[in-house]
Amino acid sequence: MLDVFSDNSALLGGAIIGLSACFMMLFYGRITGISGIIWNVIQTPKKHFSSSGFFLCGIILGALCVTYISGAEISPIQSNAFTIILAGLLVGYGTKLGSGCTSGHGICGISRFSTRSIVATVLFMLSGITTVYVMRHLV
Amino acid sequence: MSNKMPHNTNLKTGFLYLLCGALFGAGLSLSGMTDQNKVLGFLDLFGSWNPSLIFVMAGGISVTFIGYKIIFKRSSPLWADAFMLPTSKLIDKNLVLGALLFGIGWGLYGYCPGPAIASLAYLHWETFLFVAAMIIGMFLQSKQAAYTENKALNPL
Repeated sequence: MLDVFSDNSALLGGAIIGLSACFMMLFYGRITGISGIIWNVIQTPKKHFSSSGFFLCGIILGALCVTYISGAEISPIQSNAFTIILAGLLVGYGTKLGSGCTSGHGICGISRFSTRSIVATVLFMLSGITTVYVMRHLV
Repeated sequence: MSNKMPHNTNLKTGFLYLLCGALFGAGLSLSGMTDQNKVLGFLDLFGSWNPSLIFVMAGGISVTFIGYKIIFKRSSPLWADAFMLPTSKLIDKNLVLGALLFGIGWGLYGYCPGPAIASLAYLHWETFLFVAAMIIGMFLQSKQAAYTENKALNPL
């Protein structure tokens, strides 16, 4: 299953994500956690456009650039609206309750050896693996 | 945070956040995190496991680990007064339950928050639906937390 191109771009992509997290820490002293950044944008009063809003726009812009250069169009997987909504609700509720997601806990937290983040990352990986197992092999 | 900053830094701040976001989004897209098939393949440990996303974490953590080590030698960040790091060490019910629920949602549809936002770039209605539901999920948790706190303060 090893795919050299895919693994190299995964490594490079991960390193670029890490670079972004380093810049945020160097300039602003902040953890780069996307669930927290999204919540920040929601909480910002209407007439202000928060710096977090710039970050989210940047994410879309960055993804757009890579897709434009690589020409690889990515379509969402086949699913029904119920599953999509349920998944979205769980991701939103869970990351807010657990104070972080793959970026805040998985990358930034583990990088500073935060016990909470290591525990959270192990747990959401295990629960993700279990969910995929149930959906693909049991249901 | 922006309130504490002098007005003349706002443009600079906005630009840096946009740039960091763009790096982040480019990294997500390049690494395959926006490809749900890859993500679900990675989580399908007992099926046709696709290990490539291990390398995203490896790349991300090694750069961040080394970068943070160098950055934390400074007494403060360049454009802010102090490092704002989470201080809680508590492994509590919220952390555990939150992580478990998040994992279920991630395994159901293959999006975590960052890649979901990045995938808005591809303009598919499914992604917009997911992001809307995700925001509602955050709202529900916040409302519930406020309700629980209020009830603890004013028990009837």
